[in-house]
Amino acid sequence: VKVHADREVCIGSGLCVLRLPEVFDQSEDDGTVVILRAEPAADEEAEVVNAVHACPSGALRVDP
Amino acid sequence: MESSTVTTKPTETEPTDDDALRPPLPRELTHRGDPFTPPPALVALAERSPVTRTALRNGDPFWLVSGYDEARAVLSDTRFSSDRFRNDALFKHLPERFRARMRDEKIRAGSFINMDPPEHGRYRRLLTGQFTVRRMRQLGTRVEEIVTEQLDAMLAKGNTADLVPEFALPVPSLVICELLGVRYEDRAEFQRRTATLLRMNVPADEVLENMDAQRAFMRRLVEDKRENPTDDMISGLIHHAGADPALTDDELVNIANLLLIAGHETTANMLGLGTFVLLQRPDQLAALRDDSSRVGDAVEELLRYLSIVHTGLFRFPKEDVELAGEHIPAGATVVISLLAANRDGQRWPDPETLDVTRSRGPHLAFGHGVHQCLGQQLARVEMTVGYTELLRRLPNLRLAVPPEEVPLRNDMFIYGVHALPVAWDTP
Repeated sequence: VKVHADREVCIGSGLCVLRLPEVFDQSEDDGTVVILRAEPAADEEAEVVNAVHACPSGALRVDP
Repeated sequence: MESSTVTTKPTETEPTDDDALRPPLPRELTHRGDPFTPPPALVALAERSPVTRTALRNGDPFWLVSGYDEARAVLSDTRFSSDRFRNDALFKHLPERFRARMRDEKIRAGSFINMDPPEHGRYRRLLTGQFTVRRMRQLGTRVEEIVTEQLDAMLAKGNTADLVPEFALPVPSLVICELLGVRYEDRAEFQRRTATLLRMNVPADEVLENMDAQRAFMRRLVEDKRENPTDDMISGLIHHAGADPALTDDELVNIANLLLIAGHETTANMLGLGTFVLLQRPDQLAALRDDSSRVGDAVEELLRYLSIVHTGLFRFPKEDVELAGEHIPAGATVVISLLAANRDGQRWPDPETLDVTRSRGPHLAFGHGVHQCLGQQLARVEMTVGYTELLRRLPNLRLAVPPEEVPLRNDMFIYGVHALPVAWDTP
């Protein structure tokens, strides 16, 4: 899968970073999401989907 | 504190004063008779449907959202407004002088909890960088010092304490005061005022007096930080946040008050009520004592299980909305019960059981959507450090009164305990 983030929509909750710090980070400037690994490893995919679901602002998306 | 001195419960008479600012919900939907069980009337509505039309105290209709999926849907739907200043159905029973204040731009300025996008985003974006996971973890060392100082003081006094004033309240209070740059010696003054602002059924005039005093207090601080900036968040908002246009004093005063109040009683009550429930669930407490690496998951489960924002969240549809078979007209009052949603059996297996080993799922204790709690990562650090050290430093921690004598905060906007007399073995 491929992860996309819309930083205009992101509210910087940090929930994705808590869940998957290898894939997500937060900008030092405004706390919005930074994607560290746009194509996560196969064993991270399920957690990436969970992170997308948990995102409060709807800023995250995964494409197959 | 001696256990015999804290056995009186606060009076919980049914409000009669028409001038009082109190939640418009019927009392039976918020009042928790058993400390850890949702009100039976709330459960009955939740069992009927995830969205139910029912009546406010004044007889006006409102829609109660109790289902997990429906709560998430409403909280992330921009058709629902958070602007209670412009939807004053909630305040219409109050005197005009009070309603006029609610519409006053000076009161509204910067109060982004009540704003909708895109206005909301301007303020939130100035602050999110201050509350990232990384920043809050860096703050963890300072939180540990504050927690340790409080526990040292308790241990020095003996082997009993009221955990609320001696631990649960001062820890988050000291942390947020330090973050914002509120002077330590001003802490007691603002704590007293916050307690009044969060009390239900306070006469409207008293609420106004308190709001004015708190705004004056914060205005002095903002003016001071404008002249003499230090390394704190208020100085940062004034001098470094890059706000364009620059934030006005009214905006700064309201933002700072919002952070101060939100950052203080919420975590305090999670520490107090969370400790109470753990002491009542010895198997859960033992699981944490055996393996402190479980505290992080336990914090999430306590947040879900206790859901201390017990009047729920208010939203107002800007247009007619269909939700779970209900037609909700524009301008109606919608109340999302975080407590009911976090106990939704469709979402959580065995939701009425506190299970600190439950796998993490996205609970709604911090809300959802663009208004989800700004300080949630700070709260997580405070709770994780707080519970870990509390259990480590106080051997055989136990209640010092029968559980039914612990006074519950059913009279406050944030649920919890007013006092928690505890004892421990002298190490």
